[in-house]
Amino acid sequence: MADAKNTIADTEKIYDLLILGAGPAGLTAAIYGCRANLSVLVFEQMQAGGEIASTDRLDNYPGFPEGVGGAEFGQLLEQQARRFGAEIRSAGIKEVSPAGDLQKVLTTQGLFYGRTVIVATGTIPGVLGVPGEEKLRGKGISFCATCDGFFFRGKKVAVIGGGDAALQEALFLTRFAEEIVLIHRRDEFRAVPYLQEQVFKQPRIKILWDTVVKGFNGEQQLEAIAVENVKDAQTAVLPVDGAFLYIGRMPNTTFIKGVETDGQGYIITSAEMETSLPGIFAAGDVRRKFLRQVITAAADGAIAATMAVRYLS
Amino acid sequence: MHGTHAVNTKPLDVNDQQFQKEIAGSHEPVLVDFWASWCGPCKMVAPVLEELAADYQGKVKILKVNVDENPDTASRYSIMSIPTMILFKNGEPIQTLIGFRNKEELKGIIDPSL
Repeated sequence: MADAKNTIADTEKIYDLLILGAGPAGLTAAIYGCRANLSVLVFEQMQAGGEIASTDRLDNYPGFPEGVGGAEFGQLLEQQARRFGAEIRSAGIKEVSPAGDLQKVLTTQGLFYGRTVIVATGTIPGVLGVPGEEKLRGKGISFCATCDGFFFRGKKVAVIGGGDAALQEALFLTRFAEEIVLIHRRDEFRAVPYLQEQVFKQPRIKILWDTVVKGFNGEQQLEAIAVENVKDAQTAVLPVDGAFLYIGRMPNTTFIKGVETDGQGYIITSAEMETSLPGIFAAGDVRRKFLRQVITAAADGAIAATMAVRYLS
Repeated sequence: MHGTHAVNTKPLDVNDQQFQKEIAGSHEPVLVDFWASWCGPCKMVAPVLEELAADYQGKVKILKVNVDENPDTASRYSIMSIPTMILFKNGEPIQTLIGFRNKEELKGIIDPSL
């Protein structure tokens, strides 16, 4: 009855573990948390599986000799987490803050309290910040080749980037596009050698090395890309029907204050996934780490949940 | 699979021909989902639309257009990215959302149109 208790009395339930994000890190944490008898609620604002769900195929995860579709993999993870009793809600995270011994998580679906929190919100696609990019998004500019490649059957498209995602999606686009121009700002790719070899022997992929995008032209839809060679400062306008951006990603952490991060905003944790805040753990791509892959995300999730169990006991 | 009910409690799959009829003849707002089987985020939209169809039955019509099988409708509305959802009122598109949207975001565009 006392006023001080009212804030928490408004919520129907305090969870042992609130997990922010239903990608491989968050859902693995949910599986481990549930199997240790914690009450677990997972929030996801997009789709289960996270970033991998919009990838054509996941080919390097052990146990799938023929690979597995990204969306299918996300659904399998969700089913597995639900089988052990995890609740999954569609909601975005607005703010995470301490409330006494508890953690308070404000979401687009209301306020929730947890005894522990695992931040597994991953990353969001990086943008170039050049003219025309915002306006032509969805009108020729895409961040998802598996979603939109179909609309460019027989057309000319650009893929911007030089990492695994850029090369993998350029290869995927050969199913549809007549010509693919891979635009990369350096003179070599970051992608794994296997993908580079595939790209080099694909005659429909042309590579523009040392080239940066200066802007996207078009009114109703994308018509051309303005590019510049970084070595000789030559500029050119490249007519294309579509452009797919794979230019790196940024950590999704704006909702949490006071947690230690690196210069780019990735959350710094111990090897056991502890953040600088007690009761708050981080797992997956949102952490500062050496290798951002599904398998390392899953491993982080398992460790974070196990640490949450230990923190609660 | 025969006969249609006056009120749909599930999203209705329509082809190019049926689409025009459903849009033109509707007194309620119509939310149209452009999708395809190979699009991951589209699969995630499907259950959200099922819930909306149940929540708004009799108030909002929810249609699904498979862009693979119905290229005419997709190109008529310049769809270049899926999932795309377009809200129609009195046969005219009033709002377009590109990319996956959760239930609450979709309610946010539907409610003002009622």
